[in-house]
This record gives sequence, structure tokens and C-alpha cells, in this order.
Amino acid sequence: MSKDIKIKKGLDIKLVGAAEKTIADAPKSRTYVIKPSDFHLVTPKVLFKEGAAVKAGEPLFYSKQDERIKFVSPVSGTLTEIRRGAKRVITHLVIEADGTETTHEFSKLDVNSADAEAIKERMLEAGLWPFIKQRPYDIIAAVDTTPEAIFVSGHNSSPLAPDYNFSLKGKEAALQAAVTALAKLTPGKIHLSVAKSSDSVFNSLSDVELHTVTGPHPSGNVGTQINKIQPVNKGETVWTVTPENLAIIGELFLTGKFNAERVISVSGSSVKKPQYYKTKIGAEVSTFAYSAGINGDNVRMISGNVLTGDQVNADGHLGYYHNEFVVIPEGDDYEFFGWNKPVFNKISSSRALTFSWLFPNKKYDLDTNTNGEHRAFVVTGNYEEVFPMDIYPLQLLKACMVEDLDAMEALGMYEVAPEDFALTEFVCVSKQPHQAIIRKGLDLMHEEIG
Amino acid sequence: MGLKEKLHSIKEDFKGKKMAPAFNALHTFLYTPNETTHSGGHIRAVDDLKRTMNTVIIALLPVLVWGIFNAGYQHYAAIDAAQGVIREASLFGNFFTWDNFIMGAWTVLPLVIVSYGVGLAVEFVFAVIKGHEVEEGYLVTGMLVPLIVPVDIPLWMLAVAVVFGVVIGKEVFGGTGMNILNPALTIRAFLFFAYPTWMSGDKVWVHGAKAAAGTPDAFSGETILGSYAQNNSVVYDFADKFFGFIPGSVGETSTFLIIIGGLFLMFTKIASWRIILSAVVGAAVMGLIFNGVVDQGWIGEGSKFYGLMSTPFWEHLIIGGIAFGIVYMATDPVSGAQTNTGKYWYGFLIGFFSIMIRVFNPAYPEGVFLAILLMNVFAPTIDHYVVQANVKQRMKRLKLKTA
Repeated sequence: MSKDIKIKKGLDIKLVGAAEKTIADAPKSRTYVIKPSDFHLVTPKVLFKEGAAVKAGEPLFYSKQDERIKFVSPVSGTLTEIRRGAKRVITHLVIEADGTETTHEFSKLDVNSADAEAIKERMLEAGLWPFIKQRPYDIIAAVDTTPEAIFVSGHNSSPLAPDYNFSLKGKEAALQAAVTALAKLTPGKIHLSVAKSSDSVFNSLSDVELHTVTGPHPSGNVGTQINKIQPVNKGETVWTVTPENLAIIGELFLTGKFNAERVISVSGSSVKKPQYYKTKIGAEVSTFAYSAGINGDNVRMISGNVLTGDQVNADGHLGYYHNEFVVIPEGDDYEFFGWNKPVFNKISSSRALTFSWLFPNKKYDLDTNTNGEHRAFVVTGNYEEVFPMDIYPLQLLKACMVEDLDAMEALGMYEVAPEDFALTEFVCVSKQPHQAIIRKGLDLMHEEIG
Repeated sequence: MGLKEKLHSIKEDFKGKKMAPAFNALHTFLYTPNETTHSGGHIRAVDDLKRTMNTVIIALLPVLVWGIFNAGYQHYAAIDAAQGVIREASLFGNFFTWDNFIMGAWTVLPLVIVSYGVGLAVEFVFAVIKGHEVEEGYLVTGMLVPLIVPVDIPLWMLAVAVVFGVVIGKEVFGGTGMNILNPALTIRAFLFFAYPTWMSGDKVWVHGAKAAAGTPDAFSGETILGSYAQNNSVVYDFADKFFGFIPGSVGETSTFLIIIGGLFLMFTKIASWRIILSAVVGAAVMGLIFNGVVDQGWIGEGSKFYGLMSTPFWEHLIIGGIAFGIVYMATDPVSGAQTNTGKYWYGFLIGFFSIMIRVFNPAYPEGVFLAILLMNVFAPTIDHYVVQANVKQRMKRLKLKTA
């Protein structure tokens, strides 16, 4: 049964440099890096010493908070370095690939007959658990909770978003195995939202409740869909999984192997030949970046999308959860009278001598300039235009800033993740760091309320 | 080395020093800064606070220009009238004239200069002391202030009021974005209560009237509201009132230009159309109620309220400062209601109370600034109830689930 979700509020940010629908094998990466900071609030406990040999899919470390949650190596090779930062916090686990692809194998599990316990156990020991995130708090799901429902967004509406129908083509069986397995972990349903039209890879899946979403970004954000389908109440938990990770989960059940392969889109206005690349979690970004070609030196490389991704250096690595790599120009230059002259080449949500409202289909080449300095909150009403959830964004942000836990709870903090505030951050006239404010607020709540 | 590079190296020199905000404030007027995104999203929309404020100033410029010419026009017209010559206003015949401009500029521009000079000085001092960047809030306030005072207000009074308004009205609450009251109206309220003889009566609205009082050349210039409040007849016709050939505070007279400015602000999405629309409705409703009272014969012609109560409701909207107040002051996002639903109530009540205060305040027949200040105080209350509705809905959802 399919249900329609129509989103009216929002903003489609159309950028130059969308990936062509061609796929190339990225050159083999020499090193792979797992960054514990990708797993928010997880303190890693490493299982190996530097120099140890690891197999692909073999646990590298586990979470100090819950020892059952394991994190595995994407490739086989040698754990050459455990890099530490301030206060000796582990920042990078560097694995030098040996190219043999020796895999830590599990027996196959028939998801149709297996019970919930067996599925859970297999997911934990095989390092699949980190792919399950939960709301509230937008962190890796707590193992012993039972979610009200599980949400998957099969529609990515973010700028320069990769097309799942292209990148996951041929993974239908794996997706099916994953949803069949996950369906046993919740008394509720698996809600899968897809864009209208499309003979998508998701349409044939069973064991899911299919929803059709239409409307501008953030219609594809899973948070928006949760808010419209079954909002999170106090005391409830829902899980979210992204489709590319569903495929990895499903493949492990089918083959017994952890397949860290990712089809990522390499896009952005500074990329010479934007297209899709086949690579692996944690691979060096230079392998596909220079294969696709970069225009100019003064660029920002982003692992993830332009609204929520992480900045990486040219010698950096693809993030654990990322299936996009974007390169856009850095904007570290002054602009003469940039604040009062009419603007045609940048996106604006107002019409204050800005003319992006005249060209709704134009694609823009935006750089990383903030177009103004950080200020106190002044303007009101503009966040609401791009924020479709039934929540007051400005009031929630202010509650987070003053650390008022009661207000945060009452205003719907359990329902949001930082990514839901990416658009309000984009249009913010006062250039406030919305996502960081929400993340801090969520962390505070997690610490105080749990 | 170009200007850009020179300024950049000066900025680097200032970095971390006390005076950095002062330099940056000037620098960012020439160039938008070279700042890049560091957390969250990697791209940002083009709008910043400077652009927002600048848009309001653009919307105010026609009103200012009109105010300058009108100051001169009213001065000469009043002198003529005192000598028994009745002028017929004509736009290019006797309004946009060099004499009017010189006279108007000579009286109005000093107000603008004092307002900006004193206000920005206070802002710079606070920014340097508190070590944050200079916020743009005063750019609009500084332009509003000269437009909402009588032309002949002494400059020192204005300076004192600006210091009071910016420090007590804004900085003590934490600066731009934190104030409860509209700073421009705080300044006006200070002037009104501290120096009432310079802010009301029939001698302050036309340049020179006060100075000439008691001399053989004495003339006066009463606002239309003043005439109505005293149940006098009004000599101006509709076109005079609508286009602004009337005495009044510098910027409030031309309803026509204010409507243009209001449409521009609503179109650019800088001002909330919700507030403007509902304020107009609120004022019309109150006006209609008073008209109804008069029609019912509950108020006789002898009543001191008769003059203003019997003024048709649509005329209330184009005389006095209500149009200016609704378009430029009520829409201040910081001191106004911040939720979309709240904005409807906030605007409606401003319009409603403006006309009520106007009619029932015999001493000073203009209510819009008091109405806006009143609603500034109640805006958080309105927002509270709007937000609570959302909170209650969320609680109800939870109860339904657990029940």
C-alpha cells in the first residue's frame, strides 16, 4: 500500500556539476581510514595493536559504551597506525590494504526463517550495527531498545544527490534480505519513502510500507518523513537506515561477507568529469578525486553532501556513512559591495535585490563563502519557509542555546537531527551554526536524560 | 597593491586587538568578508543582515526625500497661510522646488546625521567593549529616528534620546536581537515624555513655527489629527492627505510612498506581510466600531471624542503616523511576534489599539507608537501561547499513544 507525503515548505538548491550516470572503478586505494568521530558519542576500544594484520570484515574496535557494538575493517591489510589527537582521543585507524581481499566470513543466514535474536546477534558480530541509527539523538541505535518503526528514505533530495536507482542497481536482492531481517526487529513497520515516478529499485520490495514523497528538499530527509508519518514521542525510539547501508546489511546475510563497496557520486562545480565511482568505505579521496579531475587548487573537498558532509583534505578519506564526494570552490575572497549590489549568481530565499526567485531552474556555482558575518538572531519567519516539520525551528534553536532541557523536550527535540536544520542554516541571515547548535543540544539531552 | 589587499593586511594587523570590531565594521561596508563556512553546511545563501537592513533603508529613502521637500513646503505654505494666501499644492509647481529642498535639507539632514553619528558611536563603543562585531541593527533605527520626530526638534535633545534609546532600549538587553522594545520607538517615547512641548501641539510640525511664536510673523501648523481631536474642520482634501502635502513628523506624511515602500518590503520578504495585513485590518475594525458608535448616536457632537470618532475608518489609515508605524516599525522582527500565527494577532492588536489610543488620548492624538510599544511588550506572550499550542499537540499525541 502506498501513501503520499506532500512537502510544500523547503528549498531545492540546484548546483552545477551533477554526476553523469556513468560508473567507473576508482583506482585502488593504498590506505583506508576509519575515523571514530564518524560514530557520534562512541568511545572506541581498539582490539589490535599497531602492525597487526586484519581481514576485511574483522572487528577493529568496539564501543566502550556497549561492547556488543563492533566496528569492522573495510579491507584486509595491516593496521599500520592508530593516530591520536588531543587528550589521546583516537582520531584515525589507518589500514594499509594488502590487496588480497581476505574476508572474515560468517555463515549465511536465511532471513526468512531466522528469528529476531539471531538476526540481531549476526548484525552485532558482523559490524552491521553501526549502520542502524536511532532517533532521538541521531546516534547509533541502542542495542536493547525496540523501535516503534524503522524508516528508510529512498529519496535523496539534497543538492547534487546521487540517484539510488542508479547507484543501487542490481542490489535488489540484498535490499530485500535486509528489510526482511529488520522487519523482525520491530513490532511496527518499515517505512520506505520513494520519489514519485520511477521504476525504482525499491518498488518491488516486500515487508515494507511504501510512501511516495513529493516536494522540495528536505522531502528526502528521513527526519521530515518521520515527522509526517509517525512522529517520535517522548520515550519512543525509531531507527533509521540509509539504502546504501541496507544493501551492505542484506549482502552479509546473503553471502556471509561484509562488502564495504560503495558506489559514490563525485560531483560539484570544481570536478572536471562528475560521475559515479565504485570504491570502498574509508578509501583515499584522492583515488577518485584525481581520476575525475579537479579544477583549480583553491577548492573545498567534502565527504558527504554540501549541506551535511565533512571537509576533507586531498589526502583524506571517505567517511564511514558517506556515499557522495563533492568539490566546490573555496570562497575565501572579499567581494566589493557584496552586501548591497543586486545578485544574480547566488541563491537566496528572499528577494532583497537577489534574483534567484526569477530563475527557479537555474543551476548555481556556489562557493564556501558565508556571504556575511555571524550575527545575533534577528530575522524571523524565514526558517519556517524551508522547514516542513511541525516544530518551531527558531524557538527550538534558542532553547538549545540556553540549554533549557524542558523547553527542548516540549518543542520536539526528540524528533530532530542536525541534518534537519541544514536548510535553515543555509538561509540563515545571521549565519548561525544551526547544525552545531542542534548537535550540542542533542548531546546535552543524551547526557542529562539518556 | 590594490585596495582589497591593503585592507586585508590592515585587517590581519588588527586581528585579536580591541579595535578589530570597529575596523571590521567599516571594512565590511566596502567588501563582504572572506569568511568561509566552518561547521555544518558548506554553502550559505547570499542574504546577510547587512542586505536585510539595506533593503529597509532603500524602502525608506523615498519617504526621506519626500520628508525633506515637505519640510520646506510646509514652512513656506504656513508663512503664506499666516499672511492670508492659500496655496494649492502642486507637485512640480510648488513642491519639488529648490527652495523647498534647501530649507528641508537644512532642517532634516542634521537630524539624520545626528541620529546616525550618535547611534553608531554608541554601537561601536559597545562592540569594542564587549568584543563582538558591530551589528547592523542601528542602520535602520538610525534612519527611522529622523523620520518620526518633528522637524524642529533640537539636535541635542535628539542626541540625548538616541543615547538613551540605544543603551537602555537595546544594549542593556544584550544588543541587537535581544531588545524587547523597538529602539526607534524607545527613542521617540523618551523624547515624548521628556520634552513634550517639543513633541506635540500645533507649533512643532512646521519648521520655524516655534521660533516665530509670539512675534508678528507667527504661524502655526497643526496636524490633521490635532484638528480632529479639537473638533476643528480640516482644510486638506483627500489627495493632500494621501500623497502627503500635510504637516506631521518628517517621514509619516506621504501614505502613498509608504504604501510603495510597504509593498517593496513585502515583496522582498523582508517585512512580514502577515503583520502589515492584519494591522491594517485591526485599524479598520476599530475605526468601523467608532464609526458605528457615532452612527448609533451614542456620542453627540458635543463630545470631545466626536471629531476623531466620526472620522471615516479608511481616513484613519492615511492620516497620522499609522501607515508609517505599521509598515516600518511594527514589522521589526526582533521586538515583534516571532511566530507566523502570532504575527496575525500582533499586527491586528497594533492596528486596533492604535486607533483606540488615537481617539481616547486627548492630549496627544497619535496612538501608533504607543500601540506598537505596548504590543512589543506583549509579543512574547502571544508567541508563548502560539508555541504552547504546538507543545500541547505534541503532549496530546503522546497521551493518545499511551492510552
